[in-house]
Amino acid sequence: MSGTPRPARSLPTVLKTYAVLFLFLAFKAGGNTAMAWGMKHVPEKMSMDPTLYLHAFLNPFVALGVAALILSLLTRMALLSLADLSFVLPVTAIGYVISVFLGKMLLHETITHQRWLGTLLIFSGAVLVGTTSRNTTPSGGGTPSPSPSGGETE
Amino acid sequence: MKWVLVVVIVFATVASDLLQSHEMKRAGEQSVSVRGFRRLLREIAQRRLLILGVAGNAVSFFAFMALVQREPLSFAVPASSASFVLETVLAKFVLHERISARRAVGALIVLAGVVLVGG
Repeated sequence: MSGTPRPARSLPTVLKTYAVLFLFLAFKAGGNTAMAWGMKHVPEKMSMDPTLYLHAFLNPFVALGVAALILSLLTRMALLSLADLSFVLPVTAIGYVISVFLGKMLLHETITHQRWLGTLLIFSGAVLVGTTSRNTTPSGGGTPSPSPSGGETE
Repeated sequence: MKWVLVVVIVFATVASDLLQSHEMKRAGEQSVSVRGFRRLLREIAQRRLLILGVAGNAVSFFAFMALVQREPLSFAVPASSASFVLETVLAKFVLHERISARRAVGALIVLAGVVLVGG
């Protein structure tokens, strides 16, 4: 965005980045699982009516899940401020595998081979997309075009 | 119905990702201490695009609630990764970025994975 190169990472920053990453994955996977468990025990089917969602929040597992997922949202924002999106996307992709695993272990979902394969494909595809160089706007030849791509470019 | 919810989740997530990433880079480094969170909340309150990004998160969140009620978690979470495909398509046709072969292949692999997970 700014065009200025980022300074080299100091060790505390790297450690902080991985600590925040770990917190994010724990909040996200734990929150997803708690919410899925709670939602399955809410009798009313969710639709466009917002009061149904408010009512669902009264379920303690849904409430716990929402709290954890809000924390995961804030932790992810903190992570984005510490590291580039091209780092954040691939390393958080492991969350797909963790969620399917927790679905099997805690929610006793049946995971077919096809679903495992699909999840692993998604993980590897996400890593490929995420580790792509973000400098993809045609800017060679010294044409200083203002990048319209927001946070996606360096 | 499940694919309608997946589409809502994916569009809201992509919009919110782009806005958040853009705004948080401008806000500078954040920490996760109590005081850090307070500063983070202040940043959110002061930046309009960031509020819009959070609103996108909320939409995708409610759609996700409805999805996990109807479908297994092991479908809902992987299926929402279709956002990678949409991001790549947007980057090419809206932002006019050059998409590397590697990124295109990655997005296609994600798409294949979503199809397998949904099948």
